[in-house]
Amino acid sequence: MSISIEGISKHFGSFQALRDISLDVPDGQLVGLLGPSGSGKTTLLRIIAGLETADEGRILFQGEDVTRLHVRERRVGFVFQHYALFRHMTVAQNVAFGLDVLPARERPPAAEIRKRVQMLLEMVQLGHLAQRYPVQLSGGQKQRIALARALSMKPQILLLDEPFGALDAKVRKDLRRWLRALHEEFHFTSVFVTHDQEEALELSDQVAVMSAGNIEQVDSPQKLYAQPSSRFVFDFLGQVNVFAGEVEEQVLRQGEAWVRLPQPPQAQALQLYMRSHEVHLQTMPAAHAHLPLRIDSISLVGAEVRLELSPIGWESEEPWEIGITHAQFNSWQPSRGDQCYAAPQVSHAIAQGADAPETIRWQAGEMDDPAAMI
Amino acid sequence: MQQRKTMRAGDQPWVKWSLIALAMITTMLMLVIPLILIFDMALSAGAGTYWDNLTNRYTQHAIGLTLLVAALTVPINLVFGIFLAWLVTRFEFPGRKALITLIDIPFAVSPVVAGLLYLLLYGSNGWLGSWLMDRDVQLMFSWPGIVMVTVFVTCPFVARELIPLMQQQGREEEEAGVVLGATGWQLFRRVTLPNIQWALLYGVVLTNARAVGEFGAVSVVSGNIRGETNTLSLHVELLYQDYNVVGAFASASLLAGIALLTIVVKSFVEWRQARQRAPLDDLSDSR
Repeated sequence: MSISIEGISKHFGSFQALRDISLDVPDGQLVGLLGPSGSGKTTLLRIIAGLETADEGRILFQGEDVTRLHVRERRVGFVFQHYALFRHMTVAQNVAFGLDVLPARERPPAAEIRKRVQMLLEMVQLGHLAQRYPVQLSGGQKQRIALARALSMKPQILLLDEPFGALDAKVRKDLRRWLRALHEEFHFTSVFVTHDQEEALELSDQVAVMSAGNIEQVDSPQKLYAQPSSRFVFDFLGQVNVFAGEVEEQVLRQGEAWVRLPQPPQAQALQLYMRSHEVHLQTMPAAHAHLPLRIDSISLVGAEVRLELSPIGWESEEPWEIGITHAQFNSWQPSRGDQCYAAPQVSHAIAQGADAPETIRWQAGEMDDPAAMI
Repeated sequence: MQQRKTMRAGDQPWVKWSLIALAMITTMLMLVIPLILIFDMALSAGAGTYWDNLTNRYTQHAIGLTLLVAALTVPINLVFGIFLAWLVTRFEFPGRKALITLIDIPFAVSPVVAGLLYLLLYGSNGWLGSWLMDRDVQLMFSWPGIVMVTVFVTCPFVARELIPLMQQQGREEEEAGVVLGATGWQLFRRVTLPNIQWALLYGVVLTNARAVGEFGAVSVVSGNIRGETNTLSLHVELLYQDYNVVGAFASASLLAGIALLTIVVKSFVEWRQARQRAPLDDLSDSR
């Protein structure tokens, strides 16, 4: 069941939580609402569910206007941030609740309810906990019960508010994989809220990045990461290295450092944003860039070696972070305090006062000979 | 092997024991001895007289009136308290904070003052009372007035118990219920009520105790008509003023009995509440 959000606005007193939000969630997709706290993502989710009413705008399920429809009638599954399990009911009673409160003529017989609850509990692999109370469960177990309960009414739309926020990293990873599998199997449409960019990128078909009540960008995770449409999205998604400077003809200069651009830019001042993998490290300056850096720390844990670097003879608000392969590391053998040079391959230029970045690519000929590279 | 523990303040035996002794003596002098004296005095003329005093027509009427007042006050304040607590914890509206403060007025105002206010407002010379008088409705100096002031004096108990609990529990469980399709009544019956039941019972016990024992406010509006508007507490005073000390203590022993019963029920409810708040942890490995 597809979800269309059309021009939703919401105020809380004088605070504007959402400004004219529009978003389409195609049938069967898993869409993440990603943003810092206070960006309005939870409010939007609650408006989709009907727990909050919008000041303006419409919500449509499969083309049908549900804006005026009561929460009870919308028949969505909702997983709350703190699970909201009924504390005085057993796990089985929790999962059966939706079926138990059906009007008598629609309610399945008790034996069938029991069977369905058992099936749902087996699905979340917690059949053996049916008679426990919520306080006796771990966070991950509560989360799975909350999911089973939300799915008990066979909803075609599943909404999740920070579903894995309060869990530790390992459990989180398991649950993510498991939710993805569940989604493939049942084909519901889901929207989930998170402030964890890694979670959003890993889990979603599409991610909507929100800030201050606006949707900044909606795209697939790959596109969002590779082509952020605004400075905010750039900053919010992952580590980024920044070189800010003044333009002199075709060269961007700051202190002792400079970068030669392929084309002369329009603006007087530019900021170059570079992801860790878009920059190479060399022991000698490149032909198109002179960005001297000192190695501050080396982290060997993980798939690549991460170096934290500070600029020499120029300035950057945040330290730079660049990853190299273990093979490169072994042949180079750098140590803390060593000097090296950054050679950008791809860069995203943001002119002063502008918001949208422009991608710059250096051709092989514009860069230096490969012999200097590590 | 002996282990020496570090001494903390008050660890010396003499500090501990003198504090315990002080507490015991105070409790005896202030609470236990007076309580025993009530029953001692009530029975001082023998069990027969005690029984006669209790089955006396006026005493019987006072017991009946007191029970009537409690039987009306408790349900009224039960419903009122739930509504009020629901209102201030589940909805945001201007004046919400002010309302929470206003709930405490009956605690802050002396009951005698409350009684006088009602007398001024609903008495035959009061501006609401004279209007009612024209329509032949008399509230003051009759049982409805007694019920009214008792409701006023006891109305914070239930709400005061529920508000902090409902605030702490939040509205997430109710939201979860409504998303799953529960109607308003089903939500209350199946989600809200089970979560607040012990606090509610606690509030009811306190309301009942106060309704039975209320003296000040009731004494102002009742008019002390023996056999008509005399509650048990007023009856005690009346008998005492008639120099019927044994009779007064016989009635007082009933009130004391109710108080003792209240304490027992209250302790039980508190114990259940504590169990509900930190429940079942020790059972988690029992399966």
